[in-house]
Amino acid sequence: MSQLLRDTKERKFMTEQRLREAFGKQHKTFIGFVTAGDPTFDKSVASILALDAGGADVVEVGIPFSDPVADGPVIQDADLRAFAAGITTTKVFELVEEVRRKSDVSLVLLVYLNNIFKYGYDRFFSKCKQVGIDGVIIPDLPMEERGEVLPFAHKYQCALIPLVSPTSAKRIPQIVQGTTGFVYVVSSMGVTGVRSQLDSNLEDMIAAIRNSTDAPIAVGFGIHTPEQAAKIAAIADGVIVGSAIVKIIAQNTAETSKKITEYTRKMSKAIYKINREKSL
Amino acid sequence: MQTKKTSELNGRFGQYGGQYIPETLMSEVTKLAKAYERYRNDPDFQAEMMDLLKNYANRPSLLYYAKRMTADLGGAQIYFKREDLNHTGSHKINNVIGQILLAKKMGKTRVIAETGAGQHGVATATVAALMGMECEIFMGQVDTKRQALNVYRMELLGAKVNSITTGTGTLKDAVNAAMQEWSRRTSDTHYVIGSVMGPYPFPTMVSDFQSIISKEIKQQLQEETGKLPDAVVACVGGGSNAMGAFYHFIDEPTVRLIGCEAAGKGVDTKQHAATIERGSVGIFHGMKSKFLQNEDGQIDQVYSISAGLDYPGIGPQHAALADTKRAEYVGITDDEAVEAFEYIARQEGIIAAIESCHAVAYVMKLAPQMKKDQIIVCNLSGRGDKDVAAIARYKGEKIYD
Repeated sequence: MSQLLRDTKERKFMTEQRLREAFGKQHKTFIGFVTAGDPTFDKSVASILALDAGGADVVEVGIPFSDPVADGPVIQDADLRAFAAGITTTKVFELVEEVRRKSDVSLVLLVYLNNIFKYGYDRFFSKCKQVGIDGVIIPDLPMEERGEVLPFAHKYQCALIPLVSPTSAKRIPQIVQGTTGFVYVVSSMGVTGVRSQLDSNLEDMIAAIRNSTDAPIAVGFGIHTPEQAAKIAAIADGVIVGSAIVKIIAQNTAETSKKITEYTRKMSKAIYKINREKSL
Repeated sequence: MQTKKTSELNGRFGQYGGQYIPETLMSEVTKLAKAYERYRNDPDFQAEMMDLLKNYANRPSLLYYAKRMTADLGGAQIYFKREDLNHTGSHKINNVIGQILLAKKMGKTRVIAETGAGQHGVATATVAALMGMECEIFMGQVDTKRQALNVYRMELLGAKVNSITTGTGTLKDAVNAAMQEWSRRTSDTHYVIGSVMGPYPFPTMVSDFQSIISKEIKQQLQEETGKLPDAVVACVGGGSNAMGAFYHFIDEPTVRLIGCEAAGKGVDTKQHAATIERGSVGIFHGMKSKFLQNEDGQIDQVYSISAGLDYPGIGPQHAALADTKRAEYVGITDDEAVEAFEYIARQEGIIAAIESCHAVAYVMKLAPQMKKDQIIVCNLSGRGDKDVAAIARYKGEKIYD
């Protein structure tokens, strides 16, 4: 859409700012997830643009992993579809470049550490900056081990988004220390996937995080209905939806993009109703 | 001792080890590390564990002099450490007794475990029954078929066996599923990892529990010959029986340490599980170590005739021992392992696990090259009853168990 994005100088500044802007809007932030290359390169580009069109403020793009230990069956299957279509880390970056030609929506990557490790930490984050990735979520990198990654994320101004889980408790202050981007709160134990009930502990978790950081807080894992989204938006700054979107993509029909846009609109509307001021 | 010193640096062995796991598990793994640090030096815990090892698991296991094989191969004196004679038929019980005792001290009421060949699953189900704990086992679908009898054994012992259909339906996928289950439920559940792998403290803890193997070897061989072995040979999948057999010899530079990996249909084919020989550094299953993987870091689908060695990684201590060249790692093909399976049966009247026969196969190559006053100790990590039907089929017999 925006001509100016083709200007690399401009893009350099955008990388740092886009995430901040996504969480700086009047309304709460909607984050949608797509597995890169699911079910094909072109179709996943279309899905990301469909999320943008429906009002997603941030799109989380998953790099498929052979053994996604933190993911449930829905995202595991998406990874398999993407592999069948020949996705590689190099192609994920090409896919992001393709999206960036048409959209300036904030993009973060969900990537298991081994994919980054093999690509090379410096090379990976340098590439992130080059193509316009604003942040990276690494599900198998706890704070104990992030020292080997953080310098490279900092060097290329890429947010390393920390995860907080229902069992983090005393670990929270250290986990969220120095957060750039946002804090990703895992709503419940286990793996990704839709759930009918979310952890009742959520409010306490969010309060504990707010005690330690001013960074925005987004909640993910299990959220799929507008009602759940609205409830979460009342206490957090953003809502992350993954498996529910991937399920629409899995149907793989001519209507997929339209359905994603409609679903995103419905979800974002539900959270737009919650005034940002109210919960702050 | 090299391994002890390095393990105290928060589970690092050279560049390997660490705790690369989702945040949902970190708090539990940290608790486990603290509990282990406390109980590893607790005399009451050690006494309770030794009592079970002696009076329940049948330790010490024999160090057996293989007279006929020694004569037939015409070189080094060959000894077998008979872990196959332990209760449940393999070395796995050494680790399981330690971990379940620890889980009990931590107030857990349920244990889960992955299993490849089924030996670790059977050991876990057994000790869980003994200690009155609920038990759930995760096993790849392919493995549930090639080790059908062990599935029934586990069920007989009161465990629930989950057949895993994701990925290759083998050991790697069973580990994924067990980790996912643990991330769902940690409050009452301990994950009994079966090898020297996973996040700290598992590699340290499992190698400590298995180190009784080399402790006994050293003492038994000393009593019988007054010497140290010249070579210790063991098979390596994740690497727990090998770590156990190597442990007390790591600081004895005259003792060659040799790990035998599954070369499957050959390391130049795609069907093998020879991690040290063909793998590269990566981060998976909670640890930095060597893995068979592609250039993107996607983990390979590996292969071995042996379900217990059919794993794309290796424990971090082995990766470090290989880097420093303190231990050597060699590949043994399916054909060589099957030949050894038949050879040791005929020569010594021992039906050994197909996993262990990877080590026996290397002994068959190594012994003739050594002098008659030299000594090889080979760890017979398990018994081969579970493999008889599969080997018969491999040889073209139409037998099903």
